[in-house]
Amino acid sequence: MDPDTPRTTPRKSALFDDYTLSEIRRAASTGIYDIRGGGSKRRLPHFDDLLFLGASMSRYPLEGYRERCDTGVVLGTRFAKTPLELKIPITIAGMSFGSLSGQAKEALGRGANAAGTSTTTGDGGMTPEERGHSKQLVYQYLPSRYGMNPDDLRKADAIEVVVGQGAKPGGGGMLLGQKISDRVAEMRTLPKGIDQRSACRHPDWTGPDDLEIKIQELREITNWEKPIYIKIGGARPYYDTALSVKAGADVVVVDGMQGGTAATQEVFIEHVGQPTLACVRPAVQALKDLDMHRRVQLIVSGGIRNGADVAKALALGADAVSIGTAALVALGDNDPHWEDEYRQLGTTAGAYDDWHEGRDPAGISTQDPELAKRLDPVRAGRRLANYLGVMTLEAQTIARACGKTHLHNLEPEDLVAVTVEAAAMAQVPLAGTDWIPGRGY
Amino acid sequence: MAELDLAEVGLRAVNQQLHALSRESNDLDWRLLNPLGRHSIAVGLDAPAKVTVEGHAGFYCGGMNKQAEIIIEGHAGPGVAENMMSGTVRVKGNASQSAGATGHGGLLVIEGDASSRCGISMKGIDIVVGGSVGHMSAFMAQLGTLVICGDAGEALGDSIYEAKLFVRGKVESLGADCIEKEMTPEHLETLGSLLERAGIDADPEDFRRYGSARKLYNFDVDHADAY
Repeated sequence: MDPDTPRTTPRKSALFDDYTLSEIRRAASTGIYDIRGGGSKRRLPHFDDLLFLGASMSRYPLEGYRERCDTGVVLGTRFAKTPLELKIPITIAGMSFGSLSGQAKEALGRGANAAGTSTTTGDGGMTPEERGHSKQLVYQYLPSRYGMNPDDLRKADAIEVVVGQGAKPGGGGMLLGQKISDRVAEMRTLPKGIDQRSACRHPDWTGPDDLEIKIQELREITNWEKPIYIKIGGARPYYDTALSVKAGADVVVVDGMQGGTAATQEVFIEHVGQPTLACVRPAVQALKDLDMHRRVQLIVSGGIRNGADVAKALALGADAVSIGTAALVALGDNDPHWEDEYRQLGTTAGAYDDWHEGRDPAGISTQDPELAKRLDPVRAGRRLANYLGVMTLEAQTIARACGKTHLHNLEPEDLVAVTVEAAAMAQVPLAGTDWIPGRGY
Repeated sequence: MAELDLAEVGLRAVNQQLHALSRESNDLDWRLLNPLGRHSIAVGLDAPAKVTVEGHAGFYCGGMNKQAEIIIEGHAGPGVAENMMSGTVRVKGNASQSAGATGHGGLLVIEGDASSRCGISMKGIDIVVGGSVGHMSAFMAQLGTLVICGDAGEALGDSIYEAKLFVRGKVESLGADCIEKEMTPEHLETLGSLLERAGIDADPEDFRRYGSARKLYNFDVDHADAY
């Protein structure tokens, strides 16, 4: 070819991008779907697509750091004799011992205690260390019932019946053999080293009518003292919230698709469920339609990262939020300090998500005692407490700017959206207009 | 013997009184009258009491039991003795679905038939069924023993882990990764002991044993159609 003839620049397909091509090659080579941890990595409408309208003339702001803006929340006021009283409306989401190291669980407890909030167990039961280091501990009641024990039910401060998870609504747990150590195997009554598959639905109830009876049983066993949460994956938030209320929940936890997981199929994480932003208003609407808003508390989770996310979720009607992935990052997960080791694992700090392999250089999502030792639970707990404190301060700063004396006084009127999609999902006006998609003018 | 009438005092009061029992309590022998199919009767007990339910029980009777001997003189609803830790639950009649689900220990005896998913996700409990069981029994059963003196429905032991299954009658079909296994003298002894504890007159020699082929314990693409 004549060297002077212009050549077309090679063009890669937007559809078959490098990641997609590599995944096709990986699937062809291994014969198994990709499994990873974390939540959805694709760009989805999120709280970033909302903005607060600070006060000017038509609203009256509060003095930053001087005038009071309260942050406390009480969870479980509907039926429970002893609701959970938290200093901040940010809780730590359920993450299992097994998925996480004992050091990581201890650090979560220490951080939460210092910040005045609760932690949550996960698939695999309650460890003495976890109970010992968490002043307020929510005990998850999962389909697998691994380690399920009435003594632990009675030791818990609240019980969370897990029906679904944002990263995988309709999917069951997955913990690969690499992480089934002697202790994890004993807690789960499984042989060591197997790929543990746990059921996607509870073994002894099949719908909300049954769940109502199941919840009655849990209340009877625990003397009607503990708040009962129901956690649902963000798929059909209006109906699932309504049915959770019907089943007797004190608290409903709605986990959007940016919510994390220890391990599941990539295709599940990225293609099942709805963005967290899209789940909040339907859940709130369900509570309002049943005259249960604020009487049954709503916790929203799935990609909550900073005080702005907290404030926005609360403004849309949530009573509290829950964090998982962000809490792990605060402990030290994906820290650039371990970059050399992340490289050896074929990834980079910030992108490491093979938590199921148990080789986490940060010592958090592992059962390898040598790796786990790297995490100092006292220092990591301090980092988490700092992070929770910053999130709270950020949310308070925003709330004061909107003239609110409590974070719960934030409201949808304080928000606008910068995209049509977010305006529709959050049911707030598109910025610069009075238009809420779906409602007309 | 103490008596409590559920129709008079209600479920909450009955369970509160039973929860207050300890090894040192004066009267550990109780009769519960007029259960009338109520749910959550005698759940969460943690004392070596003997509790007789005089009639039919609803969902979850004897749920999460520890130590106690609970006798249901009638039929039991779904999830009887679910997640039992220790002790005994005996159903004189039939049981509905998910009997003994996720049980970690103790002995559940169903003198009649049990419905589907009997012993689902069992984790160490021993279950003896005098009659037959429905489909998907012992699904994902992890540990413990399920003895079926009658027949078993479809997909017995689907995705089973290390639980042992003994069936005297016919098996409609076996679930994924469940196979028939050799009955050794050790198994005959285990089975005989369980039948004796359950008070069921049956010859261990008449039973066949089933358990995990362990082919699904670690993923293998060539077994993908079995999952």
